[in-house]
Amino acid sequence: MLALLVGFVGIQFIPTSRNQSAIVPKTDFMVVNDVPNQVESIIKTSCYDCHSNNTEYPWYNKMQPVAWFLEDHVQHGKEELNFNEWADLSSRRKNSKLKSILSQIEDGEMPLWSYTLVHREAKLSEDEKKIVLEWVSKLKEGLK
Amino acid sequence: MKRIRISIGILTIALVTLTATSCRDTKKENNNEDGHHPEMESEDGQHNEEGEMHHDTTMKSSNDMMDAGQNTAKSTILVVNYLKLKDALVADDKEGAAKAGGTMVTAFNNFDTSSFTSEQQKELKDIIDDAKEHAEHIEKSPIDHQREHFDVLSKDMIDLIAITGTEEKLYQDFCPMYNNNKGAQWLSTTKEIKNPYYGAKMMSCGSIQKEIN
Repeated sequence: MLALLVGFVGIQFIPTSRNQSAIVPKTDFMVVNDVPNQVESIIKTSCYDCHSNNTEYPWYNKMQPVAWFLEDHVQHGKEELNFNEWADLSSRRKNSKLKSILSQIEDGEMPLWSYTLVHREAKLSEDEKKIVLEWVSKLKEGLK
Repeated sequence: MKRIRISIGILTIALVTLTATSCRDTKKENNNEDGHHPEMESEDGQHNEEGEMHHDTTMKSSNDMMDAGQNTAKSTILVVNYLKLKDALVADDKEGAAKAGGTMVTAFNNFDTSSFTSEQQKELKDIIDDAKEHAEHIEKSPIDHQREHFDVLSKDMIDLIAITGTEEKLYQDFCPMYNNNKGAQWLSTTKEIKNPYYGAKMMSCGSIQKEIN
């Protein structure tokens, strides 16, 4: 038990790189799309931590090992989709990304359960799901 | 006691994550290396393809028809593996679909667009980037997700073939029910309809939209 405690304290001193940027690029999803406030707030709370260049870091996300766990998600998440770079995508790519967003949210695979476990406010309620799905579907229809 | 159990839980998760992270980090590093030397990369690319490039120019100067034929041949490996993927989905075979998806990822990576016009290259790159991602997902997803990605991958393949041409005679089929009745297309070599979106559940749902070649 003591060893665990020492280990836990010890790992707090290992530095981790942080995904933080104060700049919202012109290519950002919210900048180039006319997103209703409610949808914007849901997507920012539930998706942007791992799918943009700026992660909100509450205290528990600065704690190890949570910070490592999160950092890995962020790296991987940005590879799949970075909302900050939305306008750089071709309409073919946008269409594919929107399709994936819809199916991931519909199936409850995103946001990841391991993320919402520590990040309760990111968990989507049924109502929030519906609001986001409806709006994203409309955006996708408009692409064609 | 509960607390201890939670902290042990967290530490276990941390350990597992670390293991996973280290794997991914290696991949990342490789990516970064690539990213750091964009010029190097393209130079390398050119070196690798030099043999083929010479080949291309000779072909071009000697016979334009041959060149078109060569471009068409480039799509063959993709079409062949796309058809394998389609057959696996028709047979409700997740493993077979995953395998064909994996082969397609490699084939997309190796697809050499250098002999196409710059406008075609741009469009092909867009198609390939998109299609590759769908093939990657097909490689590691359950079958209903494989089918979702197959829907978009099919569109990508249709667009790709419109540029490259194809050596095979293909039928462009359409299932009106899939995707909440929005419908979905696929490519096949036979006139008979065998539906990759529903498999055994609705094998003959669909119709021929168009013949290619």
